[in-house]
Amino acid sequence: MLGDGMALSLEITAVAVAVGIVWGALLAMMRLSGIRLLRWSAVGYVNLFRSIPLVMVLLWFFLIVPQVLQRVLTVSPDRDLRLASALVAFSLFEAAYYSEIIRAGIQSVSKGQLAASFALGMTYGQSMRLIILPQAFRNMLPLLVMQGIVLFQDTSLVYVSALADFFGQAYGIGERDGRIVELLLFAGAVYFVICFTASSLVRRFQKASEWQ
Amino acid sequence: MSYHWNWGVFSQRAARNQTYLDWLLSGALFTVGLGLGSWGIALVVGTVLGVLRTVPNRLCSGLAATYVQVFRNVPLLVQLFIWYFVMPDLLPLGDTFKHLTPFVQQFGAAVLCLGTFTAARVSELVRSGILALPPGQKDAGLALGLTLTETYRFVLLPMSLRIVVPPLTSEFLNVFKNSAVASTIGLLELTAQGRQLVDYTAQPYESFIAVTLMYLCINTAVMALMHWVERRARIPGHIGSH
Amino acid sequence: MIHLEKVSKSYGSFRVLRQCTTQVSKGDVVVVCGPSGSGKSTLIKTVNGLEPFQEGEITVDGTSVGDPRTNLSKLRARIGMVFQTFELFPHLSIRENVTIGQVKVLGRSLEESNAKGLKYLDRVGVIAQQDKYPSQLSGGQQQRVAIARALSMDPIAMLFDEPTSALDPEMINEVLDVMVGLAQEGMTMMVVTHEMGFARKVASRVIFMDQGRIVEDSPKEVFFSSPRSERAREFLAKIVH
Repeated sequence: MLGDGMALSLEITAVAVAVGIVWGALLAMMRLSGIRLLRWSAVGYVNLFRSIPLVMVLLWFFLIVPQVLQRVLTVSPDRDLRLASALVAFSLFEAAYYSEIIRAGIQSVSKGQLAASFALGMTYGQSMRLIILPQAFRNMLPLLVMQGIVLFQDTSLVYVSALADFFGQAYGIGERDGRIVELLLFAGAVYFVICFTASSLVRRFQKASEWQ
Repeated sequence: MSYHWNWGVFSQRAARNQTYLDWLLSGALFTVGLGLGSWGIALVVGTVLGVLRTVPNRLCSGLAATYVQVFRNVPLLVQLFIWYFVMPDLLPLGDTFKHLTPFVQQFGAAVLCLGTFTAARVSELVRSGILALPPGQKDAGLALGLTLTETYRFVLLPMSLRIVVPPLTSEFLNVFKNSAVASTIGLLELTAQGRQLVDYTAQPYESFIAVTLMYLCINTAVMALMHWVERRARIPGHIGSH
Repeated sequence: MIHLEKVSKSYGSFRVLRQCTTQVSKGDVVVVCGPSGSGKSTLIKTVNGLEPFQEGEITVDGTSVGDPRTNLSKLRARIGMVFQTFELFPHLSIRENVTIGQVKVLGRSLEESNAKGLKYLDRVGVIAQQDKYPSQLSGGQQQRVAIARALSMDPIAMLFDEPTSALDPEMINEVLDVMVGLAQEGMTMMVVTHEMGFARKVASRVIFMDQGRIVEDSPKEVFFSSPRSERAREFLAKIVH
């Protein structure tokens, strides 16, 4: 049971990180672009999702996604769409946060690099893709992974919709058997081991690939 | 849609002399109080921890590092449950705590949890800001005759805090959003009141929209504040500072 | 080949360039000098469109820089630029630094780009460093790589923005030697610099700027022996011992 819960937590994390970084990078570039419509749309999106608690976003998508899916894709109303709602919610939510991290990363690359790539004849798109973004990502990698680890921990919030992720399972067992203290501490320890190991690996990888 | 909209629900009597709108406003008040209290703790504790992680003293930096690792690698919800259910059993003043009113227990556990949790993340940002500075900066400060503390205070922290204003903004906003998890231990903050409204009025869209709008207001205020701070603090010469 | 006609530029109310008019013919080596804040760096950056300008006209080999219809990327690919802060791409190796422009902008094959890039790296004396990364090289080596990077694009002209100002004294000569070699081969060059020894050796003309204006624009011999303006005389007296 705990294993199933963990699988769920990991699944949500993986999907949301992948979609979040791609969509977030696009949002960051829209935000830095000279075209007003793109800039304002990106700003609006990021501000909206950054202003609302993740709990609220989850509650919203648990309300909306089943209705949309049932209407648009004629899915039967009995289907358990909680997972789909959670995936959509987490992906769209994380993209807003990733875009801010990426924007800060792009802005941390010095202006001279942009000038040098322009001087070679690169277009803005080429400069971004070949010169600026690679450096920005290396600068921001620690924060990007940190956000991913936080996301993994945030998956525990599906508790509010009675989706049984790892934490939900652990607490449920604790309540059922009257051993809340032990199960809570156990759950905390498991999360700690996973997240600590993950961030240590990132740090080691960082040191090994340092070119600065 | 076959949904029946009823915006008048907010002025309906809920209980005693309160309207449903009053419920939401009281929730908003708790959210703001919880957020500000936690952010205060987080900034102070976080800056100290961030600085400690960059000093040469191994013991200090090690302790700070351990704190950060523990608080960053356990989910907030789990930490909250631990503060609320487990800490009273483990900590010395725990028995006194258990005899306080439920509200104070919930609020207290939430503030301590959120504050200590956010402090770990703030400390990482402060540390990364300090490390982003050229190493010669500290030497230059010391060479002028400043003590290490003064060097941090007058030379290193001003620059590094400027550099990390964008991610600090994220953390500040996070605090208010994270306050929503307190609803799981029964604290009637804004999200909890929203769900109450849904239960009592069966008008989920109006309730959620109202709650969302209130969070937007809180966060617009925070973002306006941080935007002003970012503009005042901007350093010429980096991309994006048109 | 490069013509500037009454070029003016302002940042808000601050006039950076005032009615600058000059030209650089094929094979010319023009040195631009002057006190800090005189606008010389800004002037050279307007030539390849890195700095926009409000008034006047600039043409490079017949192409107008200020015309909104001009494809600036294509133009810049034909002009080489060397920066004071080198601006090598830190995440790429030396070899990748000199080939990336050729491959991505000029569309050359990787073999061709490597061959040409290595030829120029050898020419400037850093071929042994080809697999290293910029942060592993000294300033003088980095700047020479930057020159090779620009040369690999087979430019019709080269712009230098204070190429030796950020270097330790003992490395200045290794970079100047490369530039002298280029000049002697007939490369069209526009160089912003304080190095008057370089100017004396290979410049055809010297431009002196002050407060955004071109105050003097004379052949080298005239400039050094009998500068026409008071400001230029003061400047020379301070720079040349």
